[in-house]
Amino acid sequence: MIDVKHLSKSFGDHLVLDDISEHISEGEKVVVIGPSGSGKSTFLRCLNLLELPTKGTITFNGTVITDPKADIDGVRRQMGMVFQHFNLFPNMTIRRNITLAPVRTGLMKQEEANDTASALLRRVGLEEKADAYPGQLSGGQKQRIAIVRALAMKPKVMLFDEPTSALDPEMVGEVLEVMKELADEGMTMVVVTHEMGFAREVGTRVLFMDGGKILEQNEPHAFFANPQQARTKEFLSKVL
Amino acid sequence: MDLAQTYELWRALMVEGDANWWQTFFVRFYQTFIEANRWQSYLEGVGVTLIVTAVALAIGVVLGILVAMVRTAHDQQRPGRPKNPVLGILNIICKVYVTIIRGTPMMVQILIMGLVVFASSRNFTMVGALTLGINSGAYVAEIIRGGLMSLDSGQMEAGRSLGLNYIDTMRFIVIPQAFKAILPSLGNEFIVLLKDTSLISIIGGQEMVYFARNIVNRTFDAMFPLIGAAVIYLILVMIFTWLQGKLERRLRQGDRR
Repeated sequence: MIDVKHLSKSFGDHLVLDDISEHISEGEKVVVIGPSGSGKSTFLRCLNLLELPTKGTITFNGTVITDPKADIDGVRRQMGMVFQHFNLFPNMTIRRNITLAPVRTGLMKQEEANDTASALLRRVGLEEKADAYPGQLSGGQKQRIAIVRALAMKPKVMLFDEPTSALDPEMVGEVLEVMKELADEGMTMVVVTHEMGFAREVGTRVLFMDGGKILEQNEPHAFFANPQQARTKEFLSKVL
Repeated sequence: MDLAQTYELWRALMVEGDANWWQTFFVRFYQTFIEANRWQSYLEGVGVTLIVTAVALAIGVVLGILVAMVRTAHDQQRPGRPKNPVLGILNIICKVYVTIIRGTPMMVQILIMGLVVFASSRNFTMVGALTLGINSGAYVAEIIRGGLMSLDSGQMEAGRSLGLNYIDTMRFIVIPQAFKAILPSLGNEFIVLLKDTSLISIIGGQEMVYFARNIVNRTFDAMFPLIGAAVIYLILVMIFTWLQGKLERRLRQGDRR
């Protein structure tokens, strides 16, 4: 589904991603972990071109999206993204936050989008918030709305950039719960997170990044039970 | 005994040096504002001041939006991709415009426009309004650009990540939020503009200061006409400040934060 070849990214002289090649198949739940500054967020943001790669190619369902002629808006419509800081639009109601993109991109008519929004909100238990503004919600509620907003575009893959890192501890659970349900429904997911429990329970594959490279990867149980690299062991000993 | 008679009587006293403080005050006030219906020229001056402000504001806002759009679009081009050459040229033009306008005094700009560029024009009021508009455009452009750039980049990213194009993201997400953020500075610019209309009298623009100075020339009394003009400006500014406050409060209610 997503094929990454020789991906490098530098900010000025600083090399953040160093020649990464990786393949993500449909239905996979790939969890990316690693110390801060390891390039994991940049890797995720390259997948939908919020960061432009310096070198390398990314192919999504047969389209080379790193080609300057690629229809990047069209590609992004199929890739949902959830941010660490929610990035809801504070000037709109929740309903409009959710329906703006489907309606403006011609995916749905307004009524259909409203129905979709209501159904999705019901699923995350926030249907009564449709006419509220983001400023009136808690962090956990905002992040659940942000997930719903991305889902309203009916994406084929969901990218999560540290979705629980900005939340108060008691709100982390409600967001992870929504993500788990999504995973159970078969959504392809790439998740950058510090939640090791989530990686173990939901992930089908764990990538460990450090210094702009994927140092080690494995299915979660083997990864946590039996890390191979010294750097991985050191990292896990600090976070577990 | 009506006011005109009182005026004649007390003015005679004043000429002979026998008038008391109150009588002198009355005479000077009367000849500044009432005699020969001079209050009408202040009123006319206020009208011209408001028209000039409105014309200059319209020019300034249009220019400001255009310049801010060019400069923001240029700066937000994706790094690593070839730059749009047309945008590059427009950006240089906009930068030169903003630099020249902000780097030279308003008074000099008005003199150049009135005595050099439009030297053969007879409508100095509108030449003045045009100059003020061009001047204001540079400041409005920087205010708008600042507002657009001050917005959290996550808002633009969220819009684009949903598949919205650049224009839609600007229109529905960035600009409505930036507008609320820049409203105080924009109101401030408007008030500066309103007061700066007084400068166009230097090239013969017929607004309030022009009429006030005419009256000074007739009555040989500078204090009353000029303080009168100052009071009128102050009242105008206070009215607009109040209106601006109302608008800001209404916009804040909108997002109920």
